[in-house]
Amino acid sequence: MTIVRQISGFVIRDILRSRWSIANTMFFAIATAGLFYLQADSARVAVSISSLSLVFIPLISLIYTAMYYYNSRDFIELILTQPIGRRSVFLGLLLGILISLVAGFITGIGIPYVILGSSDWTDISAVIAVIVIAIALSSIFAALALVAATRCDDRGKGLAVILGMWLVAAVLYDGLVLAAATALAEYPMETPLLIASLANPVDLSRVLFLVHSDMAALMGYTGAVFIRFFDQPIGLVVATVSLLAWFAAPVWYGLRRFNLKDF
Amino acid sequence: MIETKGLTKYFGSFAALRDVSIALHPGRLTGIIGPNGSGKSTLIKCLLGLVRPSDGLVLHNGRLPDTGGSYRAHIGYMPQRATFPGDLTGREVLALVSKLRSEKPHRMDSLIDLFDLHRDLNKRVRTLSGGTRQKLSAVVAGMYDPTLLILDEPTAGLDTGASKVFKGYVSEQLKQGCAVLMTTHIISDLEEMADDIVLLVDGTVSYAGSVRELKLTTDRPLLEAAVAEILQQGAA
Repeated sequence: MTIVRQISGFVIRDILRSRWSIANTMFFAIATAGLFYLQADSARVAVSISSLSLVFIPLISLIYTAMYYYNSRDFIELILTQPIGRRSVFLGLLLGILISLVAGFITGIGIPYVILGSSDWTDISAVIAVIVIAIALSSIFAALALVAATRCDDRGKGLAVILGMWLVAAVLYDGLVLAAATALAEYPMETPLLIASLANPVDLSRVLFLVHSDMAALMGYTGAVFIRFFDQPIGLVVATVSLLAWFAAPVWYGLRRFNLKDF
Repeated sequence: MIETKGLTKYFGSFAALRDVSIALHPGRLTGIIGPNGSGKSTLIKCLLGLVRPSDGLVLHNGRLPDTGGSYRAHIGYMPQRATFPGDLTGREVLALVSKLRSEKPHRMDSLIDLFDLHRDLNKRVRTLSGGTRQKLSAVVAGMYDPTLLILDEPTAGLDTGASKVFKGYVSEQLKQGCAVLMTTHIISDLEEMADDIVLLVDGTVSYAGSVRELKLTTDRPLLEAAVAEILQQGAA
């Protein structure tokens, strides 16, 4: 664990000094400040930020993680020539990238919130819910990106794969679910749709936020259907366990690939 | 002593190495030469555990290396391209290696002095010249007094002065009993430093033995001509 901490510490230091990290933080800071300018209500800003996060956090996490891996490939090789196990290198990289992404997001939305937001507990808890979603999505998509980058040595192919992942998870999936639900409207669809939503971490994150903010009407179709199930404690447990599984599965598979990989 | 026995590596159906058996002895510099794509880098990576052989063995002092990589504590590696995270300083890169090894470097300061790196260590790596990065890489490779030094085109990015200093460092390591493996396209470097030569062609060993023996066998006084002779014999 010490080695993982050492590697992640250096990755964080490297990333936080990069222009990319500043751009990521500035993006969320400008978006949040802009939303406050358009609608002074902190709760509504939290809803808008969550919608923005559902689209952009997967994209940023995927692209940044893959790019960092590809740009650091020679250095990763050099680290692997030291007397340490590959497992520590993989986990150190993932943890370092993840902490940097989350830190950028929290700083980006946090500063405008502190300056422009209200101190009402309901509003603060909405922001905390957004941060939880951001941590979940960043973790899952950073892990998926690391798997894709580990599998595809060719940078172009790797980036094409992760863009495909993003397109499916953040854009196409809800459309496909909606089309399927419309086509099969005569049948009871709630259980199949519930299962279908567990297959997409973006939808799952949306559900978590819906449960918290009770604003199903503002979200997508699947969110509206599942609010009834996820409003109960068991629903929240299912969503949380599914998100954890979405993180654990790529980490487990990525570790296996990384251990067997030829560098 | 490090040796390979019947080392074979396939990438898909392409054989990068076929039945390669070599031995690296303490106090001797073995030069690996061969055309581009002959398997030099793959061989080095097999020795470092970066590439897993399809068949054959890599033995460290007669034993199979452990999976945790602790055998690499005795290896210093200087890659062809010295690429470090651009936003870290040279000092941070050295600190990272020290922390990963959880051990104080045996001779980091003397190597920093030797390669005259003091002025550059606090600069971000991205601002350093290729030669300075290469010197930093030499410090990383040598700071734990390895018993095996693996050098992949080490002098390619160095200016004449730095190259001379580097060769002096390698000679000193050899005197102390370190085994050195070096790939280079600069034959004059090998002429000057190598005790043994491994000539790889299409992943197969065309010649493995001492430089002296190679010159005698081919009846050529210069290494470059002797290597050309072997390549010519292989082609015929």
